[in-house]
Amino acid sequence: MRIGSRKKRIARMAAAGAVIAALVAVAAGCGGGGGSNNNTTTTSGVNTSVSGSVTFDGIWTSSTGQKQFQDVINGFNKVYPNVHVHYKPVGNNLPTVLTTAVAGGHPPDMADIAQPGTIQQFANQHKLKPITYASSVMQQNFAPAWVQLGTFNGTLYALPFKAANKSLVWYNVPVFKQAGVTPPKTFLLLLTDAKTIKASGTPAYSIGGAEGWTLSDLFENIYLRTFGPSKYIALSQHKIKWTDPSVKTALTTMGKILGDTSNIAGGTNGALQYSFNQSVTNTFTSPAKAAMVFEADFVASVITSTTKAKAETGFNTFTWPEITPGADASAVEIAGDMMVAFRDSPAIEAFVKYLATPQAAIIWAKQGGFGTGNHNVPASVYPDAITRAAEVPLLHSKAVVFDLSDEQPPAFGATAGQGIWGDLQKFLQNPNNVTSIQQQLESAAAAAYKK
Amino acid sequence: MSSGGITAEPPLAAAPPPGAEPRRFISRYGMVAVFLGPTIVMLGIWMVYPAVYTIVRSFFGPTGFLGSWVGVDNYRTLFTSSYFTTAIKNNAIWVAVVPAFVTAIGLLFAVLTERIRWSVAFKTVIFLPMAISAFATGVTWRILYDQDPNLGAINALARSAKDAVTPPGVLPTASPSTPSLQPHNGGILLKTPLHPGGVALLGLTGIAPPDMPSGAKQAVKPTSKPGDIGGVVWRDFKPGGGKPGVVEQGELGIPDVTVELRNASGKVVQSSKSTADGTFDFTNVPAGTYNAGVGASTFAKPFGGYSWLGPSLITPSLLIAYIWIWAGFSMVVIAAGLSAMPREVLEAARTDGASEWQVFRRVTVPLLAPVLSVVFITMVINVLKVFDIVFALAPESSQSSANVLAFAMWQTAFSGAGNFGIGSAIAALLFLLVVPVLVLNVRRFKREV
Repeated sequence: MRIGSRKKRIARMAAAGAVIAALVAVAAGCGGGGGSNNNTTTTSGVNTSVSGSVTFDGIWTSSTGQKQFQDVINGFNKVYPNVHVHYKPVGNNLPTVLTTAVAGGHPPDMADIAQPGTIQQFANQHKLKPITYASSVMQQNFAPAWVQLGTFNGTLYALPFKAANKSLVWYNVPVFKQAGVTPPKTFLLLLTDAKTIKASGTPAYSIGGAEGWTLSDLFENIYLRTFGPSKYIALSQHKIKWTDPSVKTALTTMGKILGDTSNIAGGTNGALQYSFNQSVTNTFTSPAKAAMVFEADFVASVITSTTKAKAETGFNTFTWPEITPGADASAVEIAGDMMVAFRDSPAIEAFVKYLATPQAAIIWAKQGGFGTGNHNVPASVYPDAITRAAEVPLLHSKAVVFDLSDEQPPAFGATAGQGIWGDLQKFLQNPNNVTSIQQQLESAAAAAYKK
Repeated sequence: MSSGGITAEPPLAAAPPPGAEPRRFISRYGMVAVFLGPTIVMLGIWMVYPAVYTIVRSFFGPTGFLGSWVGVDNYRTLFTSSYFTTAIKNNAIWVAVVPAFVTAIGLLFAVLTERIRWSVAFKTVIFLPMAISAFATGVTWRILYDQDPNLGAINALARSAKDAVTPPGVLPTASPSTPSLQPHNGGILLKTPLHPGGVALLGLTGIAPPDMPSGAKQAVKPTSKPGDIGGVVWRDFKPGGGKPGVVEQGELGIPDVTVELRNASGKVVQSSKSTADGTFDFTNVPAGTYNAGVGASTFAKPFGGYSWLGPSLITPSLLIAYIWIWAGFSMVVIAAGLSAMPREVLEAARTDGASEWQVFRRVTVPLLAPVLSVVFITMVINVLKVFDIVFALAPESSQSSANVLAFAMWQTAFSGAGNFGIGSAIAALLFLLVVPVLVLNVRRFKREV
């Protein structure tokens, strides 16, 4: 009864709000002529007809982008002053918090999720609301591959708002110079360069194998560069089994790096115990313990916060080199945050649509640490040359694939010490063990997909 | 006693006046309700309901109750999947090792500290780890255990011991630059046979510029001298790689390397030190076939540290850290028991001629048995649900080897996998394991009361 009366009250208030909003719109004398759309926009670009509030659970905390996202919200409020977005910084526990909240029946209105596997799970359980209302604005701003990333079970559920380019290699410029090598264009050149770097006295590779995801990223880039995006997507959907010969080829290629133990900082044991951050620090500290590290655009922020290396003179980046000629070498592996909605309301709709616009992306892109596939964002907004080099491939690449491990059911793709992460750590311990690792991966994948 | 008047009046205790009984009943049970009620309500809400819910939940799949009844499948997974069997096996190791060690060490400390004068200081130090949060302890031990001897205190200790026995060489990272130089018993040997008048080119790579001995000069290609075998040992690298095996402009000689000359049977017949430009000379070599090379000591690697936190050593490392934390607790409890012990019994035993060991074994320990069992049982319960130290101390790459039930429960239910079905099954299993110990404990409490 109480709930019923509260609902009624809210409905009454909403109706009153709508009447007031309509009066204001009429008084302002700008109908907009939106036709089917009742979201009228005034000449000054301010839309007061949509009101309400949006609760948003996000991964960004005060040290990792909460301020930047709040700037985006403020930008949104310049257009929709009557919508209140309540951002809650949940942090890295977000998938757990969301799973629990959804199971308990009280999810937030919106959230950003970095794991398509989790979105898939929610979509299968019909817990998400489609965002098809944003599909036209998305198509104006994103290449089809990006819209595809947000499509689950044939329905548009998610907006890839923030992306990280994972097809990058970061290198220590002075070490490369001492060894007399330049960023390699092909994988064969990378292997010869690695030999030269070793001869110069510094191990070539830095591996942060204490965290399994760095290894899965390495595998994924190798697989993508060897077999191209379509096979990569098939593998990510478990349409290709992990016992497939293509996985064997990719693992064997990966073994050429992981098996070159004297060329890895700290050898195999070191690689197993260095975290991602340490693997970056090892590469850019002085004296350097390694020459290069395979990871995404966010390496730059670790370098600048933990070492004295300076952009361009101390560190730089190159795109993952080509392995098989012909497999689209511009294909980019990304990770990123996808915006999803658990409810429907005009306020949520307005916010989702706004997030798909270049204006929203530019607010954050200008401040750095932000990549986007929104091709209407000019490359010039990125704050420096390295960020531009890291993020521009996202704008131009036709083939974009999401981090494969994030696309798996979390039990297989996102659990420390298990599934892809755990099995690749075992592979790091013994890189000759290709067949057995393939079998372990397949049985873990089969179990996770069965559920 | 006459019974007449008394029977008319009912005895007070046997039958209260009418109306008094219900009031007393209410006041009696009301009091009980007031005292116990809040506890029962709280226990019900926070203990009984979740426990029942968890047990019911453990028979359902990952997604929820609706249509996902799986029977005992979750439990079957616990005992078949290697991930969970490792956890169960590790828990068994924990239960087998920790309570026994903690009790024994606590007893040892308690008995020994009784006899020293600065026992309070000693006890404080041993007890201190209890005052630190287990998470902080985990982080501290993680640094202590670090594989890099420059960071980890334990490996630093091991290094100073090992370096005293086998000091590291001057060129630990170097490797030969051409295939004609072959590894040989930890050193390198030039396979090309040499005769008097010949020269040996010993090119090395893999030496970082800061690791080059100071005073190194441009390498010089050696000239042949009749009756001598000359040569050069140099850093055979310049940016881009250069030509392996060729002394080029910009490549430095390596000074102070001990070069050995071996005869055809492999015996060292002469040794010589290289100069600043890397050249060396073996003089007055008799006719014959020789090989030149560099001995193993030059390349001896510095101690790289034991991988305490690696997959194979992680569980013992965790056990040590955990025992370190709890030894203090055990010592304090046992010391309290000791101080309450009747001294006369000990004195009597001593007077009867028992040795200190006999007193300890036959008198002290049996008298302490109740206290020891309290410590032991508390530790069994603690260890069954051990979590924080594993979480804080084991690096991710070792977590599957360090796995224990409580950790597996958390990881399965809350971290990533989100499988509340199996998570609940682990919780139920843990509950089942703790129950017998609890029953034992409660029974003993009753007996003591």
